[in-house]
Amino acid sequence: MAEDVMIRLVDVTKQFPGVAGLAVDGLSLEVGRGEFVTLVGPSGCGKTTTLKMINRIIEPTSGSIVIDGRNSLASPAHELRRSIGYVIQQIGLFPHRTIAQNIATVPMLLGWEQPRIDGRVAELADTVGLQEEMLARYPAELSGGQQQRVGVARALAADPPILLADEPFGAVDPIVRTRLQQEFRDLQERLGKTVVFVTHDVDEAIFLGDRMAVLNVGGKLEQYDTPENILADPANEFVESFLGGERGLKRLGLLPVTGAELKWGPFVDVSSSPAAARATLEEHDVDWLGLLDGTRLLGWVDGSLLDDRSLVDHEPRPFLVTLSSDSSLRTALDAVVTGHARVAVVVDDGVYRGMLDLDSIAEEITE
Amino acid sequence: MTLAQQTMPLFDWSWVGRNLDTIWDRTIEHLRLTGFALVVGLGLSIALAALALRRPRTYEPITAATGIMYTIPSLAVFALVRPWFGIGFVTAEIALVSYTLLILIRNIVAGINGVPPGVREAALGMGYRDGERLRRIEFPLALPVIVAGLRIATVTVIGLVTVTSLLGLGGLGFFILDGIRRSVIFPTGIIVGVVLSVALAAILDLVLLAVGRILTPWTRRDAV
Repeated sequence: MAEDVMIRLVDVTKQFPGVAGLAVDGLSLEVGRGEFVTLVGPSGCGKTTTLKMINRIIEPTSGSIVIDGRNSLASPAHELRRSIGYVIQQIGLFPHRTIAQNIATVPMLLGWEQPRIDGRVAELADTVGLQEEMLARYPAELSGGQQQRVGVARALAADPPILLADEPFGAVDPIVRTRLQQEFRDLQERLGKTVVFVTHDVDEAIFLGDRMAVLNVGGKLEQYDTPENILADPANEFVESFLGGERGLKRLGLLPVTGAELKWGPFVDVSSSPAAARATLEEHDVDWLGLLDGTRLLGWVDGSLLDDRSLVDHEPRPFLVTLSSDSSLRTALDAVVTGHARVAVVVDDGVYRGMLDLDSIAEEITE
Repeated sequence: MTLAQQTMPLFDWSWVGRNLDTIWDRTIEHLRLTGFALVVGLGLSIALAALALRRPRTYEPITAATGIMYTIPSLAVFALVRPWFGIGFVTAEIALVSYTLLILIRNIVAGINGVPPGVREAALGMGYRDGERLRRIEFPLALPVIVAGLRIATVTVIGLVTVTSLLGLGGLGFFILDGIRRSVIFPTGIIVGVVLSVALAAILDLVLLAVGRILTPWTRRDAV
Protein backbone atom coordinates (compact mmCIF):
# COMPACT_ATOMS: atom_id res chain seq x y z
CA MET A 1 0.00 0.00 0.00
CA ALA A 2 2.92 2.30 0.66
CA GLU A 3 4.28 2.13 -2.90
CA ASP A 4 2.04 4.95 -3.98
CA VAL A 5 2.07 7.42 -1.13
CA MET A 6 -0.31 10.38 -1.24
CA ILE A 7 0.53 11.99 2.09
CA ARG A 8 3.83 11.50 3.86
CA LEU A 9 4.57 12.99 7.27
CA VAL A 10 8.25 12.87 8.11
CA ASP A 11 9.23 13.36 11.74
CA VAL A 12 6.61 16.07 12.22
CA THR A 13 6.65 17.87 15.56
CA LYS A 14 4.44 20.64 16.82
CA GLN A 15 4.95 22.71 19.91
CA PHE A 16 2.46 25.47 20.59
CA PRO A 17 4.02 28.63 22.02
CA GLY A 18 3.51 28.94 25.76
CA VAL A 19 2.43 25.33 26.14
CA ALA A 20 4.62 22.87 27.97
CA GLY A 21 5.05 19.57 26.19
CA LEU A 22 4.59 18.72 22.55
CA ALA A 23 1.25 18.56 20.76
CA VAL A 24 2.72 16.21 18.17
CA ASP A 25 5.98 14.38 18.78
CA GLY A 26 8.11 13.27 15.85
CA LEU A 27 5.23 11.76 13.91
CA SER A 28 6.00 9.85 10.73
CA LEU A 29 3.06 8.48 8.82
CA GLU A 30 2.25 7.51 5.27
CA VAL A 31 -1.16 7.51 3.68
CA GLY A 32 -1.52 5.62 0.44
CA ARG A 33 -3.34 6.95 -2.62
CA GLY A 34 -7.03 6.15 -2.28
CA GLU A 35 -6.57 4.94 1.26
CA PHE A 36 -8.94 5.76 4.12
CA VAL A 37 -6.92 6.42 7.27
CA THR A 38 -8.46 7.27 10.62
CA LEU A 39 -6.55 9.15 13.31
CA VAL A 40 -7.92 8.14 16.67
CA GLY A 41 -6.97 8.82 20.26
CA PRO A 42 -8.05 10.56 23.46
CA SER A 43 -8.24 14.36 23.67
CA GLY A 44 -4.82 15.94 23.72
CA CYS A 45 -3.32 13.27 21.48
CA GLY A 46 -2.69 15.76 18.68
CA LYS A 47 -4.96 14.12 16.12
CA THR A 48 -6.65 17.35 15.08
CA THR A 49 -3.35 19.21 15.15
CA THR A 50 -1.90 16.56 12.86
CA LEU A 51 -4.81 16.91 10.45
CA LYS A 52 -4.55 20.69 10.39
CA MET A 53 -0.84 20.50 9.66
CA ILE A 54 -1.63 18.64 6.45
CA ASN A 55 -3.55 21.62 5.02
CA ARG A 56 -1.36 24.10 6.87
CA ILE A 57 -4.02 25.61 9.07
CA ILE A 58 -1.34 24.84 11.65
CA GLU A 59 2.31 24.97 10.63
CA PRO A 60 4.62 22.27 12.05
CA THR A 61 7.47 23.31 14.33
CA SER A 62 9.76 20.86 12.57
CA GLY A 63 9.61 17.98 10.15
CA SER A 64 8.14 17.94 6.67
CA ILE A 65 4.91 17.01 4.97
CA VAL A 66 4.92 15.75 1.41
CA ILE A 67 1.67 15.71 -0.52
CA ASP A 68 1.52 13.80 -3.79
CA GLY A 69 5.28 14.04 -4.10
CA ARG A 70 5.51 17.78 -3.39
CA ASN A 71 6.56 19.47 -0.20
CA SER A 72 3.47 21.13 1.27
CA LEU A 73 5.43 24.36 1.67
CA ALA A 74 6.12 24.52 -2.08
CA SER A 75 3.04 26.61 -2.87
CA PRO A 76 1.14 29.27 -0.86
CA ALA A 77 -1.08 27.84 1.87
CA HIS A 78 -4.33 29.06 0.26
CA GLU A 79 -3.49 27.30 -3.01
CA LEU A 80 -2.67 24.07 -1.21
CA ARG A 81 -5.97 24.24 0.69
CA ARG A 82 -7.98 24.65 -2.51
CA SER A 83 -6.65 21.27 -3.60
CA ILE A 84 -7.57 19.52 -0.34
CA GLY A 85 -11.17 18.94 0.75
CA TYR A 86 -11.90 19.88 4.36
CA VAL A 87 -14.85 18.80 6.48
CA ILE A 88 -15.19 19.78 10.14
CA GLN A 89 -17.45 18.93 13.05
CA GLN A 90 -18.94 22.44 13.24
CA ILE A 91 -19.64 22.01 9.51
CA GLY A 92 -19.00 25.74 9.09
CA LEU A 93 -21.36 26.37 6.20
CA PHE A 94 -21.48 30.06 5.28
CA PRO A 95 -24.83 31.21 6.71
CA HIS A 96 -25.19 34.08 4.23
CA ARG A 97 -24.86 31.90 1.16
CA THR A 98 -27.33 29.47 -0.30
CA ILE A 99 -26.57 25.77 -0.34
CA ALA A 100 -25.62 25.99 -4.03
CA GLN A 101 -23.27 28.90 -3.32
CA ASN A 102 -21.76 27.05 -0.38
CA ILE A 103 -21.03 24.02 -2.51
CA ALA A 104 -19.57 26.28 -5.20
CA THR A 105 -17.08 27.91 -2.79
CA VAL A 106 -13.82 26.43 -4.04
CA PRO A 107 -14.78 26.41 -7.76
CA MET A 108 -15.57 30.12 -7.38
CA LEU A 109 -12.22 30.74 -5.72
CA LEU A 110 -10.58 28.87 -8.59
CA GLY A 111 -12.41 31.09 -11.06
CA TRP A 112 -14.49 28.46 -12.86
CA GLU A 113 -17.04 29.64 -15.43
CA GLN A 114 -20.59 29.84 -14.03
CA PRO A 115 -22.09 27.08 -16.28
CA ARG A 116 -19.36 24.68 -15.17
CA ILE A 117 -20.00 25.58 -11.53
CA ASP A 118 -23.75 25.03 -11.93
CA GLY A 119 -23.19 21.64 -13.50
CA ARG A 120 -20.81 20.62 -10.79
CA VAL A 121 -23.16 21.74 -8.00
CA ALA A 122 -26.03 19.71 -9.45
CA GLU A 123 -23.78 16.69 -9.83
CA LEU A 124 -22.55 16.94 -6.23
CA ALA A 125 -26.04 17.41 -4.81
CA ASP A 126 -26.86 14.11 -6.45
CA THR A 127 -23.64 12.47 -5.19
CA VAL A 128 -24.30 13.29 -1.54
CA GLY A 129 -28.06 12.79 -1.72
CA LEU A 130 -29.44 16.33 -1.52
CA GLN A 131 -32.73 17.13 -3.21
CA GLU A 132 -32.50 19.85 -5.82
CA GLU A 133 -34.94 22.15 -4.02
CA MET A 134 -32.48 22.37 -1.11
CA LEU A 135 -29.97 24.20 -3.30
CA ALA A 136 -31.74 27.56 -3.13
CA ARG A 137 -32.09 27.46 0.64
CA TYR A 138 -29.87 28.90 3.32
CA PRO A 139 -27.95 26.59 5.69
CA ALA A 140 -30.13 27.49 8.69
CA GLU A 141 -33.10 25.96 6.86
CA LEU A 142 -31.52 22.49 6.78
CA SER A 143 -31.25 19.82 9.47
CA GLY A 144 -27.87 18.94 10.94
CA GLY A 145 -27.55 15.79 8.86
CA GLN A 146 -28.42 17.63 5.65
CA GLN A 147 -25.97 20.39 6.55
CA GLN A 148 -23.15 17.89 6.90
CA ARG A 149 -24.05 16.42 3.49
CA VAL A 150 -23.59 19.93 2.13
CA GLY A 151 -20.31 20.15 4.04
CA VAL A 152 -19.10 17.01 2.30
CA ALA A 153 -20.33 18.23 -1.10
CA ARG A 154 -18.53 21.55 -0.59
CA ALA A 155 -15.31 19.73 0.29
CA LEU A 156 -15.58 17.63 -2.87
CA ALA A 157 -16.52 20.50 -5.18
CA ALA A 158 -13.24 21.00 -7.00
CA ASP A 159 -12.63 17.24 -7.07
CA PRO A 160 -9.60 17.32 -4.75
CA PRO A 161 -7.65 14.06 -4.53
CA ILE A 162 -7.49 14.37 -0.73
CA LEU A 163 -10.21 14.84 1.83
CA LEU A 164 -9.47 15.79 5.43
CA ALA A 165 -12.25 15.28 7.96
CA ASP A 166 -12.22 16.42 11.59
CA GLU A 167 -14.93 14.53 13.50
CA PRO A 168 -17.49 15.45 10.84
CA PHE A 169 -20.28 13.39 12.35
CA GLY A 170 -19.57 14.24 15.98
CA ALA A 171 -22.52 16.61 16.30
CA VAL A 172 -25.27 14.68 14.50
CA ASP A 173 -27.57 12.29 16.29
CA PRO A 174 -26.56 8.60 16.45
CA ILE A 175 -29.06 7.28 13.90
CA VAL A 176 -28.15 9.86 11.28
CA ARG A 177 -24.48 9.41 12.15
CA THR A 178 -24.52 5.71 11.30
CA ARG A 179 -26.14 6.43 7.97
CA LEU A 180 -23.72 9.27 7.16
CA GLN A 181 -20.74 7.05 8.06
CA GLN A 182 -21.93 4.36 5.69
CA GLU A 183 -22.56 6.91 2.93
CA PHE A 184 -19.20 8.56 3.50
CA ARG A 185 -17.41 5.22 3.27
CA ASP A 186 -19.29 4.29 0.09
CA LEU A 187 -18.54 7.69 -1.40
CA GLN A 188 -14.84 7.34 -0.65
CA GLU A 189 -14.71 3.95 -2.30
CA ARG A 190 -16.66 5.14 -5.32
CA LEU A 191 -14.59 8.29 -5.85
CA GLY A 192 -11.24 6.80 -4.82
CA LYS A 193 -10.34 9.76 -2.61
CA THR A 194 -7.50 9.65 -0.13
CA VAL A 195 -9.11 10.35 3.24
CA VAL A 196 -7.63 11.29 6.60
CA PHE A 197 -10.38 11.18 9.18
CA VAL A 198 -10.01 12.32 12.79
CA THR A 199 -12.26 10.86 15.46
CA HIS A 200 -12.19 10.12 19.17
CA ASP A 201 -14.73 7.34 18.64
CA VAL A 202 -12.85 4.07 18.34
CA ASP A 203 -15.83 2.27 16.78
CA GLU A 204 -16.08 4.91 14.08
CA ALA A 205 -12.35 4.58 13.42
CA ILE A 206 -12.66 0.79 13.18
CA PHE A 207 -15.68 0.94 10.90
CA LEU A 208 -14.34 3.55 8.49
CA GLY A 209 -10.61 3.08 8.26
CA ASP A 210 -8.58 0.93 5.89
CA ARG A 211 -5.93 1.63 8.46
CA MET A 212 -6.14 3.40 11.79
CA ALA A 213 -3.44 5.37 13.56
CA VAL A 214 -3.81 5.20 17.33
CA LEU A 215 -2.28 8.28 18.95
CA ASN A 216 -1.47 8.82 22.61
CA VAL A 217 -1.43 12.06 24.61
CA GLY A 218 1.49 14.22 23.52
CA GLY A 219 1.13 13.21 19.89
CA LYS A 220 2.84 9.84 20.08
CA LEU A 221 1.92 7.24 17.48
CA GLU A 222 1.26 3.96 19.31
CA GLN A 223 0.11 1.75 16.46
CA TYR A 224 -0.65 2.13 12.78
CA ASP A 225 -2.27 -0.84 11.10
CA THR A 226 -5.54 -2.21 9.76
CA PRO A 227 -8.37 -2.29 12.32
CA GLU A 228 -8.41 -6.11 12.07
CA ASN A 229 -4.75 -6.39 12.97
CA ILE A 230 -4.95 -3.81 15.73
CA LEU A 231 -7.95 -5.54 17.30
CA ALA A 232 -6.30 -8.94 16.97
CA ASP A 233 -2.96 -7.80 18.26
CA PRO A 234 -2.79 -4.45 20.11
CA ALA A 235 0.79 -3.17 20.22
CA ASN A 236 0.69 -2.28 23.91
CA GLU A 237 -1.47 -1.70 26.96
CA PHE A 238 -2.47 1.79 25.88
CA VAL A 239 -3.86 0.58 22.58
CA GLU A 240 -5.56 -2.33 24.28
CA SER A 241 -7.28 -0.12 26.85
CA PHE A 242 -8.17 2.45 24.23
CA LEU A 243 -9.86 -0.17 22.10
CA GLY A 244 -12.04 -0.83 25.12
CA GLY A 245 -13.99 -3.96 25.94
CA GLU A 246 -15.55 -6.38 23.48
CA ARG A 247 -12.48 -6.41 21.26
CA GLY A 248 -13.52 -9.81 19.98
CA LEU A 249 -16.96 -8.52 19.07
CA LYS A 250 -15.53 -5.46 17.36
CA ARG A 251 -13.29 -7.69 15.32
CA LEU A 252 -16.23 -9.86 14.35
CA GLY A 253 -17.84 -6.68 13.05
CA LEU A 254 -15.05 -6.40 10.48
CA LEU A 255 -15.06 -10.01 9.28
CA PRO A 256 -17.54 -11.08 6.59
CA VAL A 257 -19.53 -14.27 7.10
CA THR A 258 -17.93 -15.62 3.94
CA GLY A 259 -14.62 -15.60 5.81
CA ALA A 260 -15.94 -18.31 8.11
CA GLU A 261 -16.59 -21.84 7.00
CA LEU A 262 -20.29 -22.19 6.31
CA LYS A 263 -21.98 -25.44 7.36
CA TRP A 264 -24.75 -27.05 5.38
CA GLY A 265 -26.73 -27.94 8.49
CA PRO A 266 -30.06 -29.80 8.72
CA PHE A 267 -31.32 -28.58 5.39
CA VAL A 268 -32.95 -30.97 2.92
CA ASP A 269 -34.67 -30.65 -0.40
CA VAL A 270 -38.44 -30.55 -0.22
CA SER A 271 -38.54 -33.66 -2.45
CA SER A 272 -36.68 -35.76 0.16
CA SER A 273 -38.48 -38.73 1.71
CA PRO A 274 -39.86 -38.45 5.29
CA ALA A 275 -37.34 -41.09 6.33
CA ALA A 276 -34.40 -39.10 4.97
CA ALA A 277 -35.77 -36.03 6.78
CA ARG A 278 -35.90 -37.87 10.11
CA ALA A 279 -32.39 -39.20 9.55
CA THR A 280 -31.15 -35.64 9.02
CA LEU A 281 -32.79 -34.55 12.27
CA GLU A 282 -31.07 -37.32 14.18
CA GLU A 283 -27.75 -36.76 12.51
CA HIS A 284 -27.69 -33.10 13.54
CA ASP A 285 -29.48 -33.68 16.85
CA VAL A 286 -31.90 -30.77 16.30
CA ASP A 287 -35.65 -30.30 16.55
CA TRP A 288 -36.11 -28.35 13.32
CA LEU A 289 -35.51 -29.01 9.65
CA GLY A 290 -34.63 -26.48 6.94
CA LEU A 291 -36.44 -26.94 3.62
CA LEU A 292 -35.03 -26.09 0.22
CA ASP A 293 -36.53 -26.10 -3.22
CA GLY A 294 -33.46 -26.81 -5.29
CA THR A 295 -31.19 -23.99 -4.12
CA ARG A 296 -34.01 -21.78 -2.86
CA LEU A 297 -34.67 -21.49 0.85
CA LEU A 298 -38.30 -22.22 1.74
CA GLY A 299 -38.13 -22.00 5.52
CA TRP A 300 -38.17 -24.48 8.36
CA VAL A 301 -40.52 -26.98 9.95
CA ASP A 302 -40.82 -28.18 13.54
CA GLY A 303 -39.17 -31.62 13.85
CA SER A 304 -41.84 -32.94 16.21
CA LEU A 305 -44.53 -32.31 13.59
CA LEU A 306 -42.84 -34.42 10.92
CA ASP A 307 -44.85 -37.52 10.04
CA ASP A 308 -45.14 -39.85 7.09
CA ARG A 309 -46.63 -37.24 4.84
CA SER A 310 -44.47 -35.85 2.05
CA LEU A 311 -42.41 -32.77 3.04
CA VAL A 312 -44.34 -30.79 0.43
CA ASP A 313 -47.43 -31.05 2.59
CA HIS A 314 -45.80 -29.23 5.50
CA GLU A 315 -46.15 -25.50 5.70
CA PRO A 316 -42.58 -24.12 6.15
CA ARG A 317 -42.15 -21.17 8.51
CA PRO A 318 -39.76 -18.40 7.47
CA PHE A 319 -36.48 -17.70 9.25
CA LEU A 320 -37.03 -14.38 10.99
CA VAL A 321 -33.43 -13.28 10.51
CA THR A 322 -31.31 -14.18 7.50
CA LEU A 323 -27.92 -12.81 6.50
CA SER A 324 -26.32 -12.19 3.14
CA SER A 325 -22.72 -12.95 2.13
CA ASP A 326 -21.57 -9.41 2.88
CA SER A 327 -22.97 -9.39 6.43
CA SER A 328 -20.43 -9.34 9.24
CA LEU A 329 -19.78 -12.15 11.66
CA ARG A 330 -20.98 -9.83 14.39
CA THR A 331 -24.44 -9.73 12.78
CA ALA A 332 -24.23 -13.49 12.44
CA LEU A 333 -23.50 -13.84 16.13
CA ASP A 334 -26.47 -11.65 16.92
CA ALA A 335 -28.69 -13.86 14.76
CA VAL A 336 -27.37 -16.97 16.51
CA VAL A 337 -28.01 -15.76 20.03
CA THR A 338 -31.42 -14.25 19.31
CA GLY A 339 -32.88 -16.90 16.98
CA HIS A 340 -34.77 -19.93 18.21
CA ALA A 341 -32.71 -22.30 16.08
CA ARG A 342 -29.36 -20.98 17.43
CA VAL A 343 -28.01 -20.63 13.88
CA ALA A 344 -27.45 -17.82 11.40
CA VAL A 345 -28.72 -18.59 7.91
CA VAL A 346 -26.93 -17.06 4.93
CA VAL A 347 -29.10 -16.35 1.91
CA ASP A 348 -28.28 -14.33 -1.20
CA ASP A 349 -31.34 -13.34 -3.21
CA GLY A 350 -33.29 -16.32 -1.93
CA VAL A 351 -30.49 -18.80 -2.65
CA TYR A 352 -29.34 -20.75 0.40
CA ARG A 353 -25.57 -20.52 0.98
CA GLY A 354 -25.19 -22.27 4.31
CA MET A 355 -25.37 -21.53 8.00
CA LEU A 356 -23.23 -20.64 10.96
CA ASP A 357 -23.56 -21.74 14.55
CA LEU A 358 -21.80 -20.53 17.67
CA ASP A 359 -18.89 -22.95 17.18
CA SER A 360 -18.09 -21.79 13.67
CA ILE A 361 -18.09 -18.13 14.78
CA ALA A 362 -15.97 -18.81 17.86
CA GLU A 363 -13.49 -20.65 15.67
CA GLU A 364 -12.98 -17.51 13.59
CA ILE A 365 -12.34 -15.31 16.59
CA THR A 366 -9.80 -17.56 18.25
CA GLU A 367 -7.79 -18.01 15.09
CA MET B 1 -46.87 93.55 27.39
CA THR B 2 -48.05 90.83 29.70
CA LEU B 3 -51.20 90.70 27.71
CA ALA B 4 -49.25 89.93 24.53
CA GLN B 5 -47.39 87.12 26.24
CA GLN B 6 -50.57 85.49 27.36
CA THR B 7 -52.13 85.63 23.93
CA MET B 8 -49.12 83.96 22.23
CA PRO B 9 -50.62 80.61 21.07
CA LEU B 10 -48.87 77.34 21.93
CA PHE B 11 -48.73 76.40 18.27
CA ASP B 12 -49.18 78.75 15.38
CA TRP B 13 -50.07 76.84 12.20
CA SER B 14 -50.06 79.98 10.13
CA TRP B 15 -46.38 80.51 11.03
CA VAL B 16 -45.65 77.04 9.76
CA GLY B 17 -47.52 77.79 6.54
CA ARG B 18 -45.56 80.99 6.00
CA ASN B 19 -42.19 79.35 6.71
CA LEU B 20 -42.44 76.06 4.81
CA ASP B 21 -39.46 76.92 2.61
CA THR B 22 -37.23 77.70 5.59
CA ILE B 23 -38.36 74.55 7.40
CA TRP B 24 -37.47 72.47 4.34
CA ASP B 25 -34.04 74.15 4.01
CA ARG B 26 -33.25 73.61 7.68
CA THR B 27 -34.27 69.97 7.44
CA ILE B 28 -31.95 69.45 4.48
CA GLU B 29 -29.14 71.19 6.38
CA HIS B 30 -29.79 68.88 9.29
CA LEU B 31 -29.60 65.81 7.08
CA ARG B 32 -26.46 67.04 5.40
CA LEU B 33 -24.65 67.60 8.69
CA THR B 34 -25.81 64.17 9.91
CA GLY B 35 -24.92 62.33 6.71
CA PHE B 36 -21.45 63.84 6.50
CA ALA B 37 -20.69 62.90 10.11
CA LEU B 38 -21.92 59.33 9.57
CA VAL B 39 -19.98 58.76 6.35
CA VAL B 40 -16.73 60.10 7.82
CA GLY B 41 -17.37 58.32 11.13
CA LEU B 42 -18.05 55.02 9.39
CA GLY B 43 -14.92 55.36 7.23
CA LEU B 44 -12.72 56.12 10.24
CA SER B 45 -14.36 53.35 12.27
CA ILE B 46 -13.80 50.75 9.58
CA ALA B 47 -10.13 51.71 9.41
CA LEU B 48 -9.68 51.66 13.18
CA ALA B 49 -11.69 48.44 13.56
CA ALA B 50 -9.55 46.80 10.87
CA LEU B 51 -6.47 47.82 12.84
CA ALA B 52 -7.97 46.47 16.08
CA LEU B 53 -8.86 43.18 14.38
CA ARG B 54 -5.43 42.77 12.84
CA ARG B 55 -3.59 43.75 16.02
CA PRO B 56 -5.85 42.87 18.95
CA ARG B 57 -3.58 44.74 21.34
CA THR B 58 -4.68 48.05 19.82
CA TYR B 59 -8.35 47.42 20.61
CA GLU B 60 -8.14 48.55 24.24
CA PRO B 61 -6.40 51.89 23.52
CA ILE B 62 -8.72 52.58 20.59
CA THR B 63 -11.88 52.03 22.62
CA ALA B 64 -10.41 53.94 25.55
CA ALA B 65 -9.65 56.98 23.38
CA THR B 66 -12.97 56.94 21.54
CA GLY B 67 -14.70 56.28 24.85
CA ILE B 68 -13.26 59.51 26.26
CA MET B 69 -14.41 61.37 23.13
CA TYR B 70 -17.86 59.92 23.67
CA THR B 71 -18.09 61.24 27.22
CA ILE B 72 -16.93 64.82 26.53
CA PRO B 73 -19.99 67.07 26.26
CA SER B 74 -20.49 68.47 22.77
CA LEU B 75 -20.22 72.06 23.97
CA ALA B 76 -16.84 71.27 25.47
CA VAL B 77 -15.69 69.77 22.17
CA PHE B 78 -16.67 72.97 20.37
CA ALA B 79 -14.63 74.96 22.86
CA LEU B 80 -11.65 72.61 22.62
CA VAL B 81 -11.53 72.51 18.82
CA ARG B 82 -12.39 76.14 18.17
CA PRO B 83 -8.83 77.52 18.54
CA TRP B 84 -7.78 75.47 15.49
CA PHE B 85 -10.83 75.38 13.30
CA GLY B 86 -12.83 78.39 14.41
CA ILE B 87 -16.58 78.35 14.69
CA GLY B 88 -18.16 76.49 11.83
CA PHE B 89 -18.61 73.33 9.85
CA VAL B 90 -15.30 71.61 10.64
CA THR B 91 -15.62 72.15 14.37
CA ALA B 92 -19.18 70.85 14.32
CA GLU B 93 -18.26 67.77 12.32
CA ILE B 94 -15.31 66.94 14.55
CA ALA B 95 -17.68 66.83 17.48
CA LEU B 96 -20.29 64.82 15.60
CA VAL B 97 -17.84 62.28 14.16
CA SER B 98 -16.19 61.75 17.53
CA TYR B 99 -19.54 60.60 18.91
CA THR B 100 -19.97 57.91 16.26
CA LEU B 101 -16.58 56.27 16.64
CA LEU B 102 -17.00 54.33 19.87
CA ILE B 103 -20.36 52.85 18.88
CA LEU B 104 -19.31 51.97 15.35
CA ILE B 105 -15.88 50.54 16.18
CA ARG B 106 -17.27 48.43 18.99
CA ASN B 107 -20.03 47.04 16.81
CA ILE B 108 -17.79 46.33 13.83
CA VAL B 109 -15.28 44.48 16.01
CA ALA B 110 -18.01 42.63 17.90
CA GLY B 111 -19.71 41.70 14.63
CA ILE B 112 -16.56 40.30 13.06
CA ASN B 113 -15.52 38.51 16.25
CA GLY B 114 -19.03 37.11 16.49
CA VAL B 115 -18.59 35.08 13.31
CA PRO B 116 -18.76 31.43 14.43
CA PRO B 117 -15.26 29.88 14.70
CA GLY B 118 -16.38 26.96 12.53
CA VAL B 119 -17.31 29.32 9.70
CA ARG B 120 -13.97 31.07 9.95
CA GLU B 121 -12.12 27.76 10.00
CA ALA B 122 -14.06 26.43 7.04
CA ALA B 123 -13.26 29.60 5.07
CA LEU B 124 -9.60 29.13 5.92
CA GLY B 125 -9.73 25.46 4.95
CA MET B 126 -11.44 26.24 1.63
CA GLY B 127 -8.48 28.44 0.71
CA TYR B 128 -9.66 32.02 1.26
CA ARG B 129 -6.88 34.53 1.70
CA ASP B 130 -7.12 36.74 4.80
CA GLY B 131 -8.46 39.83 3.01
CA GLU B 132 -10.95 37.85 0.93
CA ARG B 133 -12.18 36.04 3.99
CA LEU B 134 -12.78 39.33 5.81
CA ARG B 135 -14.62 40.91 2.87
CA ARG B 136 -16.56 37.95 1.51
CA ILE B 137 -17.36 35.96 4.64
CA GLU B 138 -16.79 37.81 7.89
CA PHE B 139 -17.98 41.29 6.92
CA PRO B 140 -21.34 40.17 5.48
CA LEU B 141 -21.97 38.03 8.53
CA ALA B 142 -21.14 40.97 10.81
CA LEU B 143 -23.59 43.26 8.95
CA PRO B 144 -26.55 42.86 11.32
CA VAL B 145 -24.40 43.97 14.27
CA ILE B 146 -22.75 46.75 12.25
CA VAL B 147 -26.13 48.06 11.05
CA ALA B 148 -27.38 47.99 14.64
CA GLY B 149 -24.43 50.20 15.60
CA LEU B 150 -25.06 52.49 12.65
CA ARG B 151 -28.67 52.96 13.75
CA ILE B 152 -27.62 54.02 17.25
CA ALA B 153 -24.96 56.34 15.83
CA THR B 154 -27.51 57.89 13.45
CA VAL B 155 -30.05 58.64 16.15
CA THR B 156 -27.30 60.06 18.38
CA VAL B 157 -25.96 62.33 15.65
CA ILE B 158 -29.40 63.63 14.66
CA GLY B 159 -29.94 64.70 18.24
CA LEU B 160 -26.53 66.33 18.45
CA VAL B 161 -26.92 68.23 15.19
CA THR B 162 -29.60 70.35 16.89
CA VAL B 163 -26.84 71.55 19.22
CA THR B 164 -24.50 72.46 16.36
CA SER B 165 -26.87 75.26 15.41
CA LEU B 166 -25.12 77.08 18.24
CA LEU B 167 -22.23 77.34 15.79
CA GLY B 168 -24.50 79.06 13.29
CA LEU B 169 -24.77 76.06 11.00
CA GLY B 170 -28.53 75.92 10.81
CA GLY B 171 -30.28 72.63 10.97
CA LEU B 172 -33.48 72.09 12.91
CA GLY B 173 -31.81 73.31 16.09
CA PHE B 174 -32.07 76.79 14.58
CA PHE B 175 -35.82 76.88 15.30
CA ILE B 176 -35.35 75.73 18.85
CA LEU B 177 -32.62 78.28 19.51
CA ASP B 178 -34.64 81.00 17.86
CA GLY B 179 -37.71 80.09 19.90
CA ILE B 180 -35.78 80.33 23.16
CA ARG B 181 -33.81 83.46 22.29
CA ARG B 182 -36.74 85.69 21.47
CA SER B 183 -37.69 88.18 24.17
CA VAL B 184 -41.02 86.42 24.28
CA ILE B 185 -40.57 82.64 24.07
CA PHE B 186 -41.95 81.37 20.76
CA PRO B 187 -43.21 77.79 21.36
CA THR B 188 -44.11 77.09 17.72
CA GLY B 189 -40.45 77.24 16.62
CA ILE B 190 -39.33 75.04 19.51
CA ILE B 191 -42.00 72.45 18.76
CA VAL B 192 -41.25 72.41 15.01
CA GLY B 193 -37.53 71.93 15.71
CA VAL B 194 -38.04 69.18 18.28
CA VAL B 195 -40.76 67.28 16.45
CA LEU B 196 -38.95 67.32 13.11
CA SER B 197 -35.62 66.21 14.55
CA VAL B 198 -37.31 63.37 16.42
CA ALA B 199 -39.20 62.43 13.26
CA LEU B 200 -35.98 62.49 11.23
CA ALA B 201 -34.31 60.19 13.74
CA ALA B 202 -37.24 57.79 13.67
CA ILE B 203 -37.43 57.77 9.85
CA LEU B 204 -33.69 57.26 9.35
CA ASP B 205 -33.73 54.51 11.96
CA LEU B 206 -36.47 52.70 10.06
CA VAL B 207 -34.72 53.24 6.73
CA LEU B 208 -31.52 51.70 8.11
CA LEU B 209 -33.49 48.83 9.61
CA ALA B 210 -35.04 48.15 6.20
CA VAL B 211 -31.71 48.46 4.36
CA GLY B 212 -30.12 46.10 6.88
CA ARG B 213 -32.82 43.52 6.29
CA ILE B 214 -32.53 43.79 2.53
CA LEU B 215 -28.76 43.30 2.77
CA THR B 216 -29.08 40.22 5.01
CA PRO B 217 -31.77 38.04 3.45
CA TRP B 218 -30.43 34.93 5.16
CA THR B 219 -31.44 36.23 8.58
CA ARG B 220 -35.09 36.44 7.61
CA ARG B 221 -35.90 32.86 6.77
CA ASP B 222 -36.93 30.63 9.62
CA ALA B 223 -34.76 27.74 10.56
CA VAL B 224 -36.21 24.24 10.12
